[in-house]
Amino acid sequence: MRVIVLAKSSPESEGVMPDPQSTESTEGMEGMEAMGRFHEELVAAGVLLATGRLHPSSAGARVRFDGSSRTVVDGPFTEAKELVAGYWIWQVRSLDEGIEWLKRAPFDGGEFEIRQIFEMPGYMESAP
Amino acid sequence: MASGRGDEVHRVLDAVWRMEAPRLVAALTRIVRDVGLAEDLAQDALEAAIRQWPDAGIPDRPAAWLMATAKHRAIDALRRRTTLQRKAEEIGRDLELDRAIAPDLDAEIDDEGIGDDLLRLVFICCHPVLSVDARVALTLRLLGGLRTDEIARAFLVSETTIGQRIVRAKRTLSEAHVPFEVPQGHDFEVRLASVLQVVYLVFNEGYSATSGDDWVRPTLCEDALRLGRVLAGLVPAEPEVHGLVALMEIQGSRLRARTDAAGRPIPLLEQNRARWDHLLVNRGLAALARAESFAGAHGPYLLQAAIAACHARARTGDETDWPRIVALYDALAQSAPSPIVELNRAVAVSMAYGPEAGLELVDALAMEPALQAYHLLPAVRGDFLVKVGRFDEAASELARAASMTRNVAERNLLLERARAAGEM
Repeated sequence: MRVIVLAKSSPESEGVMPDPQSTESTEGMEGMEAMGRFHEELVAAGVLLATGRLHPSSAGARVRFDGSSRTVVDGPFTEAKELVAGYWIWQVRSLDEGIEWLKRAPFDGGEFEIRQIFEMPGYMESAP
Repeated sequence: MASGRGDEVHRVLDAVWRMEAPRLVAALTRIVRDVGLAEDLAQDALEAAIRQWPDAGIPDRPAAWLMATAKHRAIDALRRRTTLQRKAEEIGRDLELDRAIAPDLDAEIDDEGIGDDLLRLVFICCHPVLSVDARVALTLRLLGGLRTDEIARAFLVSETTIGQRIVRAKRTLSEAHVPFEVPQGHDFEVRLASVLQVVYLVFNEGYSATSGDDWVRPTLCEDALRLGRVLAGLVPAEPEVHGLVALMEIQGSRLRARTDAAGRPIPLLEQNRARWDHLLVNRGLAALARAESFAGAHGPYLLQAAIAACHARARTGDETDWPRIVALYDALAQSAPSPIVELNRAVAVSMAYGPEAGLELVDALAMEPALQAYHLLPAVRGDFLVKVGRFDEAASELARAASMTRNVAERNLLLERARAAGEM
């Protein structure tokens, strides 16, 4: 199965955390190396399929649908409680395996969400 | 609820075990030099965890806990054996033993040599002293982290059969004193080919089940893909490994598109390409580019991946670069000659240069002994006959093809096409 791991940040901490590849924080280099090692482990185990970090929401937009009208709202999304800051897509045998991998990630703060991806892209599946 | 904690321990342990079992068995085999004993010792560590974790709690570093426990058991086992036998060769291994007794958990988990040990384990599982069936079972068990019952279900045989196959395989390896090493020189090429064959067999078993009602058993494809990706990390300088990964990623990308809602197979050119898994397509094309970046002649997996990539790159079936596919089949026929490659080449030729040209090639294959029981020969010939308007012959060829396949979904499809040809 595939899971997506979403890194969350608040509007205040956006772009600050979690950012293991940043060299600005005091532990930047160490964090970067630890993150690099973690990524290597994921690749070596055949788990990592895709990954990406997102620009702050100030560089993004939202499109709101209401009937046939579409409203574009530019970022930042200050009213949101939490924002997606990055993602991983992993190939794992079970959600538990995904959770074990996530627990090994070298973060010392922040919150991460792990969710299973439906296997049939393009087809509507009913939720369990 | 008391069972809640037990459940959590069980789930964590099951997940960690599957993630760590190959590394455990690899590290233990280096110490005790016997895959069977290594697996028993790893199981001992698992059982220790099952006993201790529910009361003591899950350790902070469960993987390191398992590795440390397993290694201590291996060393105990070796000491017992050494005391009994006092063999010079075992005493000579003491140096290595001291290295293995690492109290530091960080050292256990960051074991630099673990990749080499895993690679040695790969070569042992796919050793030519074993039958191909045994290689597949042992590889899935020791490297894929599958349980015996899961392997049995995947291959539609009884659990007892698989269990015995694995036991016999381990005994054969032990009796043959198969060394725990990465082969060198020419031997490396031959042995690597055996490893790639095993991985691709697993993939194909999942991709197109040889018998039964299920057209695909996708989890086997996922297991094979994972093994392939792991292998690509272990031997990154081998273009054929990247070629095989590319081939599996691209073929895997079509898994969801190759059957309809009723489970009937959909031929490649009729598949809805929007349903292809474009994440896997892109991964496959990247792996192919890596494989092609090496100098030297292109091997069979790389060539097959390049053919698959021609389809993956075409936005519609009409955009397929058939002349390039024919050229790649020409190269494949040279690199890995086989009647099946000739048959596929005939299909490509018919697409590039017309059904008459294809028909001429399959007619030349009619007497090929290796294809006498192969249902795709009459299936392909039937297709060509339809296209050149010889409908009666086509109908009987397609019906013959249907009678030759064990796959129910495929048989039904062939019968349908035979009926359609008969009514033209």
